[in-house]
Amino acid sequence: MGLLDKEFSDGNIVIARAEDLMNWARLSSIWQLGFGLACCAIEMMATSASHYDFDRFGVIPRNTPRQADAIIISGTVTLKMATRIKRLYEQMPDPKYIISMGSCANCGGPYWEHGYHVLKGIDRVIPVDVYVPGCPPRPEALLEGLLKLQDKIRHESMRKKTA
Amino acid sequence: MKNPEEIFELLKKEFGEMILGLDKDTPVDPTISVDPMQIHKIGAFLRDNEELKFDSLMVLSGVDDANGTKTKDEDGTDLITGGNLSVYYHLHSTTLKHKIVIKASTSRENPVVESVYNVWRTSDWHEREAFDMFGIIFKNHPDLRRILMPYDWEAGFPLRKDYKNPEFYQGMKVPY
Repeated sequence: MGLLDKEFSDGNIVIARAEDLMNWARLSSIWQLGFGLACCAIEMMATSASHYDFDRFGVIPRNTPRQADAIIISGTVTLKMATRIKRLYEQMPDPKYIISMGSCANCGGPYWEHGYHVLKGIDRVIPVDVYVPGCPPRPEALLEGLLKLQDKIRHESMRKKTA
Repeated sequence: MKNPEEIFELLKKEFGEMILGLDKDTPVDPTISVDPMQIHKIGAFLRDNEELKFDSLMVLSGVDDANGTKTKDEDGTDLITGGNLSVYYHLHSTTLKHKIVIKASTSRENPVVESVYNVWRTSDWHEREAFDMFGIIFKNHPDLRRILMPYDWEAGFPLRKDYKNPEFYQGMKVPY
């Protein structure tokens, strides 16, 4: 359901549903909060850098949650950090999306039993859209997670909030 | 450059009873045990003495010796009464190129050790960490707060052998 398959033959006019147009705009410019936590953040930075180039999907790091659409939880979330992340999440404007990157953010990872200071999964604090497995995930895996998120946004309804 | 026996003899001559012993039978560096309430004076001597010149505190770490009486709590977890908590000081002289380990043991029920903040300024955050993880009180430390755990952490000191993790912290479930 691309936008251009409904193009008129005499050009310059494209018709589309408002919903599709809105979703297309949103999924093509997912601005992420410039925010990293642990070793996953290194992979996230590698994904942003020239070789993997997050920017080609419209992902640009923003330095304030008030301009961000998505937050990538890239690493171990300590209990102390969890309260701060919750606050950052609440400062982001709707619609907002969360990618949980790596085992630590998904479920506590290697700290699941003896990590007295680790939150066992960021979904205990904020709602997650896409989980990316790995320890840490390679940039390809994070890109796959982003494509999954784009897919999710593409099928969103304006009437009903899905995330 | 001095070997551990010579360092021990120098300290023994200066401080006498405050120096408790030299343990050479360790898997790593030989360790000198000292009185925890005199460690700041001993530290100043180790730093300033012409033959020792320990100008660098490489690391200060807390240890739970867990040598008290172990009993089981009603929920099956360990409970330790009595015994020691220790502080280890790894010292290095950058000019004379020798090293020594100093150990100060204190009681588990009232763990107080004199701060060496005024001898090696490095010890500031190291002592805060030992306080955070083991609850060792460093007397005369200028700012003894938790450093890693949240300031409102009330469940105790995580690296003690009989530590029990809480069910909840600020509404977040802690166990897996």
